[in-house]
Amino acid sequence: MKIQVDPDRCRGAGQCALTAPELFDQSDDDGTVVVLDERPPPDLQEQARRAAVLCPNSVIRILEEAPD
Amino acid sequence: MSVFSSASSSPVSLPIRRSSPFDPPAEYRCLREEEPVSRLAFPDGKVGWLLTRHQDVRALLADDRFSSDRRRVSSPVRRFPIRPDTPAVRAGSLIGMDPPEHTRYRRMLTRYFTVRRMRELAPRIEQVVSEHLDAMERTGPPADLVPAFARPIPSLVICELLGVPYKDKVTFQRCTSTMLRLDASEDAISAARDELWQYMLDLVAAKRQHPDDALLGSLIQTEETALTDERLAGIGQLLLAAGHETTANMLALGTFALLSHPDQLRALREQADLADSAVEELLRYLTIVQFGTVRVAREDVDFAGRRIHAGETVVASLAAADRDPVHFPEPDDLDLARPVSQHVAFGHGIHQCLGQQLARVEMKVAYGDLFRRFPRLRLAVRPDEVPMRDDMFIYGVHHLPVAW
Repeated sequence: MKIQVDPDRCRGAGQCALTAPELFDQSDDDGTVVVLDERPPPDLQEQARRAAVLCPNSVIRILEEAPD
Repeated sequence: MSVFSSASSSPVSLPIRRSSPFDPPAEYRCLREEEPVSRLAFPDGKVGWLLTRHQDVRALLADDRFSSDRRRVSSPVRRFPIRPDTPAVRAGSLIGMDPPEHTRYRRMLTRYFTVRRMRELAPRIEQVVSEHLDAMERTGPPADLVPAFARPIPSLVICELLGVPYKDKVTFQRCTSTMLRLDASEDAISAARDELWQYMLDLVAAKRQHPDDALLGSLIQTEETALTDERLAGIGQLLLAAGHETTANMLALGTFALLSHPDQLRALREQADLADSAVEELLRYLTIVQFGTVRVAREDVDFAGRRIHAGETVVASLAAADRDPVHFPEPDDLDLARPVSQHVAFGHGIHQCLGQQLARVEMKVAYGDLFRRFPRLRLAVRPDEVPMRDDMFIYGVHHLPVAW
């Protein structure tokens, strides 16, 4: 799995950092998304999917079968 | 007040009466099933649209063909516009802005409301909650949970975050309360708005003299080239109202809902891991922004099988969306263990609530500590004697007499 984000679309609602705090944080400058681990280990992949679903601005894309 | 016809396409109007304290009006269910994009008659005489399905509400709020410009939308429950068309009143009020202006304000403010910063506030929130519980213990039982607990806690917290003196609460609580009353006259609302506006301008002037580290003072020090006094006052006014009128109602109404669902309350007490999902479920179940949120079409838009014309106002019923059975199985059940799933209590899209992470921390701490301190908390009146806020933009209870 690979996480891709489009920070231009992000408005800093924080759903990702709330849902998957080991994978996402928010910038101290403008609150927009910061990816902490773009290749989440198996035990965090469900959290990554949930963060993508909950994002109010469709910022997060999950590539399920990303090549290494 | 309301006109409703499920069979024809004659427009509905708001507000529709509720038949139970926790559920949105039953008519929303018929609309969602029979006419999910229905015509809505506004008090100003115009006709627009009402959305009641979860998928449509989310689609609207994520669609940039619809504008949030409050000067152009009709109010679903008032004869006069939501905001007058004056630059001063509009300055800084990002809730009524579109990109790119909205984006600049949002980016500037979001750093003060991140998940991390709000978690760092938790110890202070716990302290504030504890002090109010102590005071209840000293003077009660009984107590009215609204002035003793639900209103002061978020009010004090947002004051500290913004740098607004809490001692001035009587002034700003009275002003915002008038502005959110459905039956307030245009004159009363405009007087309240002017008073709050002058209060905020005076506060901003004082902050320019003696800036502190709270939000307004910090904006003055870091963004001073871009922000006029009017913009700072507009930001302060919006965040102050949003910060104390919303969480306050979730705390009191949420407590009433928990007391009315003893099995759910017992589960919350016994299972610490329900604390987070309980907050999300109470947000969904109660969805206190009871008339929803409004947008205006910038152009003709084909939307969910209907043609919405440029200039028409569309009301997204957040409360109806959050009871949509297509998205939430058994939507009328309060189920604190419900998996978290895209409720729209905070809205959706670029305007989704800026302070939502603050609200979550406040609710989690306040519900948890309240029922730990008073395990035998109960209503001190019959449930049907609790005065509900049907007459306010933000739903809730006016009073909640409790004993323990």
